Amino acid sequence: MTTDPRALPGADPHTGNREVDPVTGYETTGHDWGGIRELNTPFPRIALIALALTVIYSVVAWILLPAWPTGRDYTRGLLGLDQGEVAMDRLQAIKTGRAVWLTHFEAPDFASLAVNRGLMALAMPAARRLYGDNCALCHGSDGAGGPGFPALADADWLWSGDPEEIAVTLRHGINAEDPDTRIAEMPAFDWMDRVDRLSLAGFVASLPTGKADWDSPAAGLFTQNCAACHGEKGQGGLGVGAPSLTDGATIYGQDPQTVYNTLTLGRRGVMPAWAGRLGEAEINLLALYVSRLSETKEERTQ
Amino acid sequence: MKATATLTKSERQTGIGLAIALAVMGFAMAAAARHGVMAIHGGMAMVLGLALVFVLGGALYDHPEPGADRLSRYYDAPIRFGIAMTLIWAVIGMGVGVWVAALMYWPEATPLWDWTSYGRLRPVHTSGVIFGFGGNALIATSLYVVQRTSRARLADALSPWVVLIGYNLFCLWAVSGYLMGVTQSKEYAEAPWYADIWLVAIWLTYFALYIRTLARRAEPHIYVANWYYLAFILVVAILHIINNLALPVRWTSAESFPIWSGVQDAMIQWWYGHNAVAFFLTAGFLGMLYYFLPVRAQRPIWSYRLSILSFWGIVFFYMWAGSHHLHYTALPYWVQTLGMTFSVMLLVPSWASAGNAIATLNGAWHKVRDDAVLRFMFVAAVFYGLSTFEGSFLAIRPVNSLSHYTDWTVGHVHSGTLGWVAMIVFGAIYSLVPKLWGRENMAWPRAVEWHFWLAVAGTLVYVVSLWNAGITQGLMWRTYDANGALSYSFIETVEAMLPYYALRTLGGGLFLAGAILCALNCRATMRAAGSREDAADRPLAVQPAE
Ligand code: HEC
Ligand code: HEC
Ligand code: HEM
Ligand code: HEM
Repeated sequence: MTTDPRALPGADPHTGNREVDPVTGYETTGHDWGGIRELNTPFPRIALIALALTVIYSVVAWILLPAWPTGRDYTRGLLGLDQGEVAMDRLQAIKTGRAVWLTHFEAPDFASLAVNRGLMALAMPAARRLYGDNCALCHGSDGAGGPGFPALADADWLWSGDPEEIAVTLRHGINAEDPDTRIAEMPAFDWMDRVDRLSLAGFVASLPTGKADWDSPAAGLFTQNCAACHGEKGQGGLGVGAPSLTDGATIYGQDPQTVYNTLTLGRRGVMPAWAGRLGEAEINLLALYVSRLSETKEERTQ
Repeated sequence: MKATATLTKSERQTGIGLAIALAVMGFAMAAAARHGVMAIHGGMAMVLGLALVFVLGGALYDHPEPGADRLSRYYDAPIRFGIAMTLIWAVIGMGVGVWVAALMYWPEATPLWDWTSYGRLRPVHTSGVIFGFGGNALIATSLYVVQRTSRARLADALSPWVVLIGYNLFCLWAVSGYLMGVTQSKEYAEAPWYADIWLVAIWLTYFALYIRTLARRAEPHIYVANWYYLAFILVVAILHIINNLALPVRWTSAESFPIWSGVQDAMIQWWYGHNAVAFFLTAGFLGMLYYFLPVRAQRPIWSYRLSILSFWGIVFFYMWAGSHHLHYTALPYWVQTLGMTFSVMLLVPSWASAGNAIATLNGAWHKVRDDAVLRFMFVAAVFYGLSTFEGSFLAIRPVNSLSHYTDWTVGHVHSGTLGWVAMIVFGAIYSLVPKLWGRENMAWPRAVEWHFWLAVAGTLVYVVSLWNAGITQGLMWRTYDANGALSYSFIETVEAMLPYYALRTLGGGLFLAGAILCALNCRATMRAAGSREDAADRPLAVQPAE
């Protein structure tokens, strides 16, 4: 490179001056690409200062935190942090805070817990979120259920509304992959004559209205085939998971078409087992919460 | 002028040879695979190859050959094709974007066909906009810019067509594959293995074309825009090859296993993912900015020194930053610290570019006020500054613990892609289309103004609603009550997103409306093509014949 300014590109061959941009007052570099030129603006100080600041930030971070690999190891940083330990510590802190009230649910006497208003005020909001995270997707945020998933906010139970029994359901599930799971199977009556299935479906659909004709042939079929599980008059409550067919509550539906499908195909709803996934205290907390859903609902409607 | 008429007879013959090779390759793929996605993709390639044989064969003797004076003109026919493809992909990609945005508000509306499920449509959106829209825009403008700033004609006439047609076949394979349920499950690298190999071949052709053209330049120096385009081409090739190393399950089907596994796979993926942001969504578009903004504003680049600082800063720092996508994961802490600190240092060169662009407008502010096209570029530079600031901020670990997995990330993404990438593309398109189709101006100049405001409003509505969404979501997830229990169940945090998702769909709809208006405006301009020569195009230094 020559140092003679007159030899530089874009320079005036006599004076060595380059073209000056009238707006900024800076010289151009003399390059020109299809009309694009560049200014020879001095380096803005602020950019260098900013760069220096970010470099300082980085160096401080490298000194304090784990940062650079050194073969098989890495620089540990003055703070000696380990992200796994930090996470476990925080989790432990939260657990300790929760233990104050959650331990009451380890082996509870539900009846006395339920009247402990102070404890309930702490526990029930937590239970509501636990329910929202684990149960709402099937049973609905307010426990109203939906097709295939029973309502928990009514007083009609497949098994029982007693918190002890609900805790058993939660722990082991229904038709779940758990050795102690509750079994509830509605067998398929596909062997039954189609005409009989149709008339039976109509009969079952009329049960909740209270106007069912108990002298009809369909009633005979019911007593023969169904009463063993669903009760003499279809009232349920035998503790085998077969629902009452006389209350208004349904899992799948009690219109003739759905009942016909239930009869033809059978049903085997699965409620997952939670023993491995939630702690014992959490299960009991949820059981109490669920058992009170129907009460809170009644309170609200009153 | 028909595109085929820009090729000499021998070029047409070579082209027919290549088209036959493509058809044979497609046939071989289809025959080997027999059924499934790979067979359909083979069929697509075969149909494309045959169609090209017919187009070129029909033109072989009918169209007059271009004269020798073609060598003293720039070669713009493939660029016109690339711009048209950019517009088509813009409408497809953003249309699907609005669709998936609507699905997040109203998931029940998913139709029963498999291909309309969210999981299949989402990559159609991301690949459609990034590769289809962004990629075509980058290739087309790079070929334009390299000729103008080198005062040299493209090194040959066939390879730009190979690059553009081949690249669009890649995009089509990728997108149609997702719809049929084939994916490598790596974000932004979902296309099947044979499409990846195909892209390598196309990309090497592109690189060779670019380098050869630069080598023929009649200017003593290489303009900054070309450094950026070159960095884009080179680094994307490296990223693409390394991240897509995979073993096909069979040579006759589309499924494959990545050769990386576990946390190494995650790190490679996000080294790729972040540098795809850096070199696909940033470096190439900075090249675009560095050319079209000063030309439109008729102002010299404000600081040559800043250009250098930002180029080398961006190229160097970005390479280290990928691990900020994996904060608080199984990735070792020290890798996260490095990713975080390099992301913070990256802010300075990024802002140097944005600042340089904005300072270049000194002395042209009245043009920014009056000219919607220049305003597109100005807004792009501003959003580039905003999204890089946001990015460096999000990369700080404790901040990321709030933002990660939330819609804040998606808001950041779209402040970059809508505000920066799409705006600079629109600015470039409105500058280029009249020039390339020999006209003074766009067919509907007022529509450009409308488009500008639709795009700005759409971006702001989209980004602001998702910032709110993300911060709300992040705070709800981490709030514990005094008793050590979470304050919100997850489903409540989902329900809280609904109004923001509705607004995002609206903002996206505005942005899409603007893009459609742009496509129609360009079509009208193309149909009324004139024969005006661009006065700014200086005469070429004539090169020896090829
Ligand atoms: C995957 C869906 C699903 C989830 C999640 C689920 N359940 Fe269930 N649950 C069911 C089904 C299905 C039944 C009915 C089983 C049957 O048909 O016999 C049921 C039954 C029950 C019953 C028995 C109702 C009765 O009338 O006796 C209780 C109590 C219950 N669930 C509580 C819960 C709680 C509490 C949770 C959250 C920890 C929960 N469930 C999560 C599907 C689910
Ligand atoms: C072996 C015991 C058993 C017998 C016998 C039986 N059921 Fe059931 N039934 C069940 C169980 C258990 C369920 C709950 C299944 C579930 O929740 O998945 C059920 C569910 C039903 C339901 C669905 C209720 C709803 O709320 O949607 C109907 C209807 C029904 N049974 C009708 C009948 C009729 C009619 C017969 C006689 C033909 C019959 N069942 C015989 C055990 C039985
Ligand atoms: C019409 C305007 C657009 C709309 C409505 C839209 C909508 C969406 C939606 C709904 C998602 C999914 C977000 C999620 O999974 O939570 C998404 C993701 C994405 N979009 Fe867009 N988009 C638009 C334009 C663009 C453009 C122009 C680009 C790029 C140039 C782009 C790039 C992306 C990327 C990279 C992602 C993935 C983000 C991530 O994984 O974090 N989008 N978009
Ligand atoms: C200084 C520059 C930038 C930095 C440091 C940066 C940093 C970040 C960070 C920290 C994330 C969030 C990672 C997570 O929590 O999962 C992110 C996501 C993302 N950013 Fe940036 N960003 C920058 C610029 C940009 C620009 C300009 C664009 C677009 C044009 C962009 C596009 C994206 C995309 C697409 C993602 C989402 C990736 C995914 O999860 O799918 N970024 N960026």
